[in-house]
Amino acid sequence: MSNAVSALAGASYDGFARIEDQGLHGMITLRGDLASKEVKAAVKSATGLGMPGQRQALSGKDTAALWMSPDELLLMCPYGDVAAVIEKIETALAGQHFLAVNVSDARTFLRISGAGAREVLAKVCPVDLSPEAFTPGMFRRTRMAQVPAAFWLDEAGAFHLICFRSIADYAFNLLKTSAKPGGEVGYFA
Amino acid sequence: MSTRLATGGRLLDKARAVNFTFNGKRLRGHAGDTLASALLANDQMLVGRSFKYHRPRGIVASGAEEPNAIVGLGTGARFEPNQRVTTTELFDGLSATSQNHWPSLDFDVGAVNAKLGRFMPAGFYYKMFIHPRPFWKHVYEPFIRQAAGLGKAPKDRDGDRYEHFYAFADVLVIGGGVAGLQSALRAAQSGAKVMVLEQTAHWGGRAPVDGGTVDGAPVEAFIDATIAKLQDMPNVTLRNRCMGAGVYDHGYALGYERITDHAPELDAPRHRLWRIRAGQIITATGAIERPLSFAGNDIPGVMLASAVRDYAVNYGVSIGDRTVVVTNNDDAYRTAITLKSLGLDIPVILDARASGGGALADEARALGIRVENGKAIASVKGGKRVTGVAICAQAGEGAVLEEIKCDAVAMSGGWSPVVHLWSHCGGKLTWDAERAHFRPDPTKPPLGASGEGFVIATGAANGAADLATTLADADAAGKAAAKATGHKPKSAAAPQGSASDEAPLMPVWLMPQGAGINLRMKSWLDYQNDVKVSDVQLAAREGFESVEHAKRYTTLGMATDQGKLSNINGLAILSDALNQPIPQTGTTTFRPPYTPISLAAIGGEARDEIFQPLRKTPIHGWHEDNGAHFEPVGQWRRPYCFPKGEESHRDAVSREINQTRGALGLLDASTLGKIIVKGPDAGKFLDMLYTNMMSTLKPGRCRYGLMCSENGFLMDDGVVARIDDDTFLCHTTTGGAESIHGHMEDWLQCEWWDWKVYTANVTEQYAQIAVVGPKARTVLEKLTSDDISADGLSFMGWKDLTLAGMPARAYRISFSGELSYEIAVPASYGRALWDALLEAGAEFGVMPYGTEGLHVMRAEKGFIMIGDETDGTVIPQDLNMQWAISKKKDDYLGKRAQERSHMADPNRWKLVGLETLDGSVLPDGAYATAAGHNANGQRETQGRVTSTYYSPTLGRGIAMGLVLDGPDRMGDVIEIPKVDGGIVKAKIVDPIFFDKDGEKQNV
Repeated sequence: MSNAVSALAGASYDGFARIEDQGLHGMITLRGDLASKEVKAAVKSATGLGMPGQRQALSGKDTAALWMSPDELLLMCPYGDVAAVIEKIETALAGQHFLAVNVSDARTFLRISGAGAREVLAKVCPVDLSPEAFTPGMFRRTRMAQVPAAFWLDEAGAFHLICFRSIADYAFNLLKTSAKPGGEVGYFA
Repeated sequence: MSTRLATGGRLLDKARAVNFTFNGKRLRGHAGDTLASALLANDQMLVGRSFKYHRPRGIVASGAEEPNAIVGLGTGARFEPNQRVTTTELFDGLSATSQNHWPSLDFDVGAVNAKLGRFMPAGFYYKMFIHPRPFWKHVYEPFIRQAAGLGKAPKDRDGDRYEHFYAFADVLVIGGGVAGLQSALRAAQSGAKVMVLEQTAHWGGRAPVDGGTVDGAPVEAFIDATIAKLQDMPNVTLRNRCMGAGVYDHGYALGYERITDHAPELDAPRHRLWRIRAGQIITATGAIERPLSFAGNDIPGVMLASAVRDYAVNYGVSIGDRTVVVTNNDDAYRTAITLKSLGLDIPVILDARASGGGALADEARALGIRVENGKAIASVKGGKRVTGVAICAQAGEGAVLEEIKCDAVAMSGGWSPVVHLWSHCGGKLTWDAERAHFRPDPTKPPLGASGEGFVIATGAANGAADLATTLADADAAGKAAAKATGHKPKSAAAPQGSASDEAPLMPVWLMPQGAGINLRMKSWLDYQNDVKVSDVQLAAREGFESVEHAKRYTTLGMATDQGKLSNINGLAILSDALNQPIPQTGTTTFRPPYTPISLAAIGGEARDEIFQPLRKTPIHGWHEDNGAHFEPVGQWRRPYCFPKGEESHRDAVSREINQTRGALGLLDASTLGKIIVKGPDAGKFLDMLYTNMMSTLKPGRCRYGLMCSENGFLMDDGVVARIDDDTFLCHTTTGGAESIHGHMEDWLQCEWWDWKVYTANVTEQYAQIAVVGPKARTVLEKLTSDDISADGLSFMGWKDLTLAGMPARAYRISFSGELSYEIAVPASYGRALWDALLEAGAEFGVMPYGTEGLHVMRAEKGFIMIGDETDGTVIPQDLNMQWAISKKKDDYLGKRAQERSHMADPNRWKLVGLETLDGSVLPDGAYATAAGHNANGQRETQGRVTSTYYSPTLGRGIAMGLVLDGPDRMGDVIEIPKVDGGIVKAKIVDPIFFDKDGEKQNV
């Protein structure tokens, strides 16, 4: 529906890396016993993906399964599909103890791309972002300066970062500052 | 005078002149100069005044240890005080001003303190200013504040940007001298990830100045080759102009990189704070030369022998034409030999050792330099500049044997390893009597998480004396660090450094050793803080025997240089005064940072719009566009009210309330916490969390609940909605959303781990708008076809509906006493819903109201507010909320605590309404007085105001408060003192001021 807008309304910035709002995406918090075959099946039916391992992100064409904690996943799908996907999960897990809840609107979803992407994040996240340590498909929940954030790296070298909606401006301005030309560190080169 | 030599200056680009100013005077240096070398090249020896006596101060050192030469750098948005000229690289346009003098550097009124020096001994301030007591606040403190502080605080906003960077390494090497480079290379060859920090702009440390060979070639060749190798290795990061500032627990270290200090024209962050996590840390931080304590050792022109050598070799600067060298070791001879070879005069070398020096002394004599063994300086002649020295026997009391004219004195009292970074995290030291210094005790390193040491000191920082020992030690350190981080070091042989054949040093803590009080009073230990040998001795006599006490009493080592030159000499004097060995006295504590780092670097990017995160609701933009006056609520900014034009906040609040009670108001309630609790045990769980019964709530219904801590104190409240059999939605206060979610997870994960309950914090998933007032239903009916009539959606019910085409949920709850619906939509629709409600409500004069309107309306209804009526010490019973405490439940969090005798005490103050007799508004937080005084002579009290407002509905001040026996004293009048000294009389009344029967919401 056209009334629904992301907090950053598609903002972008080109510094020594590119920061861009990825707009609204469907996001579902799924809590349950990740080792159970029922939950695995539910993830499969919801996203077409397998069960991500610890600190791992699995992604498909327009879906993703992200490992949040030993009993929690974040599943992604197109924004308009959330209700249908939750229904699939509820069907697959009928009779099980689980929680599937829509958090699509509680989040801001950013993309950080370009050669300097690792450095932009390494200025604000206490994570070893060197190419040998942080490889595509890895997912990390961490602190980004003064707010919580989570991100994963895709095969093309871009980071996909999720944070809360209310601090969208802070997160965007923070990454913008981090990516400002002249601030290249030359550490991962 | 000091001047630039025709030759020399290995770090200079003499083809490039650089212009700068000192106290407005236009001066010229070369690219490659430090501000110190450029000042000396311009004969600017006098650079500042000392802190206490305003003594003239000249440059003493050539590096980070400099105590004297600190200046204000830059102007306006780039002004920074207390910058060491020795670590400031020269750039075109640099502007420096000297500090701590008035009216001018050359003529300073404060220097009169020096004449009074004998009346200002150690502890002078403590002794002088303690009596009479009132004088401290009104006379002494203002005077001292005026005189205190070296530099001036900047007045403008900092014009630069700063940042942090997180780095991870197997091995962090701090120090890019010979030792650091060799250990880095050896560690890196094992495949370990290595990072090397060097505080200066140059690699190799002192070695190029001090000379020597590695594997038969000059040491410079070794440095160049090693740097080239390291640069080629992908697993090595080299950062110069980056000081290792501190070492902390678990291999954490801070690096302080100065990116544009030397090149302010660059559009780049000025400083970058490296936050490094390393497996092993090698401290190759070198050593610092010690001054000698003789009378007049603070007169400009007296310098460390190594610094005199540095200025000559690195910058082609001579400190004077005639330099007297005074030493207790062989190293200072290098200075004499260097100067002599540059054609400068060395009138004499005074060697305090009766037996004299070794091979270097022979070399000096061969150059024709006069060497006097067993001799010392009795005193230095001169005021703002050295003019000569009086010579005496070191063994005597200072009887002058001869006076020699000179314009510089190069002194060396031996070398102290830089053990700071080793010590920051608990590394212990051992006293090396032979070399008269503390060095790291390799058996007591700082311990990491595994219980093993994680810091290795190497090279001169580990007490190594020459290139041979340094390189062997550094090679071993590199291998050890590689091994400790799980790598296999190469078994290659260490490079062979040249050994030096030096005669043993003789510890000299006072010169001459029997110096009388007149000499000791002029023998400076701490140049910046004006602490002399006599001060430390006095402190010892007065009982300040611990080195930490003596430090604070005398201020030894408390200046901006943190005693890098003075500490060892000072504690040796203290030991002597206490007649105990130096190791028994010990050192003061070494704390990070190694040298001061900028506060801005610590703040990093957190300034201006990203100083701290501000949480914004989906409707925040509208609030901003419509003149909201915001107030902080946690990290949120919520509209307090929406003043129109020149309207006062109070008038705006009254208008918003009148409109809401009269027709229709809107509140952005999106910040309220919303937590989903789901599972077969969800009801049981909520029964434990809330004081009242939640498991009996029917799907589709809402119930107000109270949450207490284990200690029984009320911590949060809110409305719980039952979504289905297994699922509840718990509303919390705005400030409680995260902490209550954490509280729930704490109990679920740590105590009731076998209960089948999951929670999720969905606070930000929804925009929530309270639609409030007699027209609330009418306006919503314009936007929905769902049944929200009095029966279709009764009070304390909720319902999913479609509103203005949006998926919405309406909760029929009221915090204002009005007919009220809280409408939740996905946050992405929040602004669209707000706009739709404004449009639909226009015919009723709809107005948004802010948090103050919300507060006043709830107070008119006697509803409590967490944080106003509660402060962490209040229990529900204090608030007469027994109705919200289930009697049927066996247990809930806080139940047993509330049965404790003090909690059940009938004398606990209880909630009542307060009405001023004169209609005025009570001061917030004010106390009601009672008869008599307590043991402290304070008035007894019988209650306090918890909430107080002007009620536009009632046209008078209303308040709530906690009062002794309050509910039993309806109609009593109590007295409440005001801040201005007056007293307000207030009547105790029912806290429900308005619509006691709830007729307005039950429609």
